[in-house]
Amino acid sequence: MSPASPASTEFWSVADTARRIAAGEITATQIIEAMLARIQKIDGELGAFLAVDGDGARAVAAELDSQRAANVPQGPLAGVPIALKDVLVTRGLATTAASKILRGWIPPYDAHVVEKLRAAGAIVIGKVNCDEFAMGSSTENSAYQPTRNPWDPSRVPGGSSGGSSAAVAAGLCAASLGTDTGGSIRQPAAFCGVVGMKPTYGRVSRWGVVAFASSLDQVGPLTRSVADAALVLETIAGFDPRDSTSLDAPVPRFTGALTGDVRGLRIGLPQEYFEAMDDEIRAALVRTASALVERGAELVDLSMPHTKLALPAYYLVAPAEASSNLARFDGVRYGQRVEAPDLLDMYGKTRDAGFGPEVKRRIMLGTYALRSGYYDAYYKKAQQVRTLIKRDFDRAFQYCDVLLTPTTPTPAFPFGAKANPVDMYLADVFTLSCNLAGLPGISVPCGLTAGGLPIGAQLLGRPLDEVTLLRAGAVIEAAVGLGDRRPAGIGGIT
Amino acid sequence: MPALTRKEVEEIALLARLALEPEELERMQHELGVILEHFGALAAVDTADVPAMTHAVPMDLRLRPDAVQPSLPADLALGGVPRREGDLIVVPSSIAPPGRGDTGSGS
Repeated sequence: MSPASPASTEFWSVADTARRIAAGEITATQIIEAMLARIQKIDGELGAFLAVDGDGARAVAAELDSQRAANVPQGPLAGVPIALKDVLVTRGLATTAASKILRGWIPPYDAHVVEKLRAAGAIVIGKVNCDEFAMGSSTENSAYQPTRNPWDPSRVPGGSSGGSSAAVAAGLCAASLGTDTGGSIRQPAAFCGVVGMKPTYGRVSRWGVVAFASSLDQVGPLTRSVADAALVLETIAGFDPRDSTSLDAPVPRFTGALTGDVRGLRIGLPQEYFEAMDDEIRAALVRTASALVERGAELVDLSMPHTKLALPAYYLVAPAEASSNLARFDGVRYGQRVEAPDLLDMYGKTRDAGFGPEVKRRIMLGTYALRSGYYDAYYKKAQQVRTLIKRDFDRAFQYCDVLLTPTTPTPAFPFGAKANPVDMYLADVFTLSCNLAGLPGISVPCGLTAGGLPIGAQLLGRPLDEVTLLRAGAVIEAAVGLGDRRPAGIGGIT
Repeated sequence: MPALTRKEVEEIALLARLALEPEELERMQHELGVILEHFGALAAVDTADVPAMTHAVPMDLRLRPDAVQPSLPADLALGGVPRREGDLIVVPSSIAPPGRGDTGSGS
């Protein structure tokens, strides 16, 4: 066995981890033990994990190691430790959606993406924190615990997939799966200096995802490199008949997309995305665009006039769908129940006790928007505006191949800084349109602020054109990415 | 857009099956009013000839053969039920006690 020290394994890439295990340099058990030790050491302060499945992970690792010893063929992710956002259901492992209403629920089946990961040999190391039912932009809406930003523990990791972004940045897993309804993969990825990809709507099955807004939700990877994002996406993408919106489209070899060649690529800069942001973020985006031009890409200035309407449209569509989806949490079939003398009382008391303030706010907003007599003025209007936003993108993609924007208007903000709901909603202002139009998007680190906080560049592409996003994203990563810089805010990470 | 009245907020809470405490109702009345006012921009958009989006990505409704598929065994499927007797889920009466007179028990 080579001198690969378990202590050095935590920042290995997904591909590297799998390759070294396959080559016999290290065992899956050593990888898992090193990762569990690291979680034990620093997650008390970081707060990324809601549940660590040490026993389950050790058992799978031991099984993989004995298979390898017997020369049984193994999957491409054999032995790779993965953390799952706690809205992905896992057979035999508690799934809470970071809500009190699901405390103690043990799902009887695996989500489609979890089945895919397990089939590829990946090891589920635990479930990570998020905003309750994925509703939020800071993970402060978790009913269980705050998660800190590993670059600066006084700041949030973003949300809603904040446990995923923090765990990946801090080296507590090789990769994580999150979900993105309005930016919930890309925004926390930007805040924590990792790569986050939201695939085209329908590219990845939603079977076994605790639903928030069904016309917007997508599962995607959070990783430390674009190459890892490609590899994980390749593993989880594909048609699933159990999701009626799953696209029956061929899955390209995403890992083959990273050619490093952006010559002739037309990169659109929509002016509406550059109107209001921190100066340091603007400067980082200018450097990013220049780096792409130096490598042969062309810049195209564009206008997408309906961009400002994305926020109000999103905050009507998403709560409307959430109010319907969350009707199932009523104390009857799973989760917590507050007993009461009649059924209506039982529903109301169970839901009042089980849901947190932001979830209740969105259920109320959605119920209002869908109410008889109000539907045309709110939900239908928002869906019409969605068409206008989609047309903006269709027009833009006649002139460019990909759009470049900041992922967020500011870097990670301190805990408690967005006490007003509308202020918090504005944290998603650059990421929402992508979900409304069903497009793929990726956030790639493109530098640090003077204060040492990560900045994310967002690329948005045509439907099913993740390949171009990954290709351009890898070029950004190589040119202006974080290189070997790691967060130093928690656990003495160097 | 108009601010919400207390009565409207109470009606929405009933429709949403949320037994909100009085102070939650008060806070919700204020917060929803602020949010809806902020989103008033939509009302001014001319959408007369714009179709409402149904699917972000074009897709057809798929059909599958009407055949029995494997499903979870009852005991596993009922494993998370808060109160059960055998394979039955136990819930309180759906008929409100006399004199309650609400409008929401027909669900």
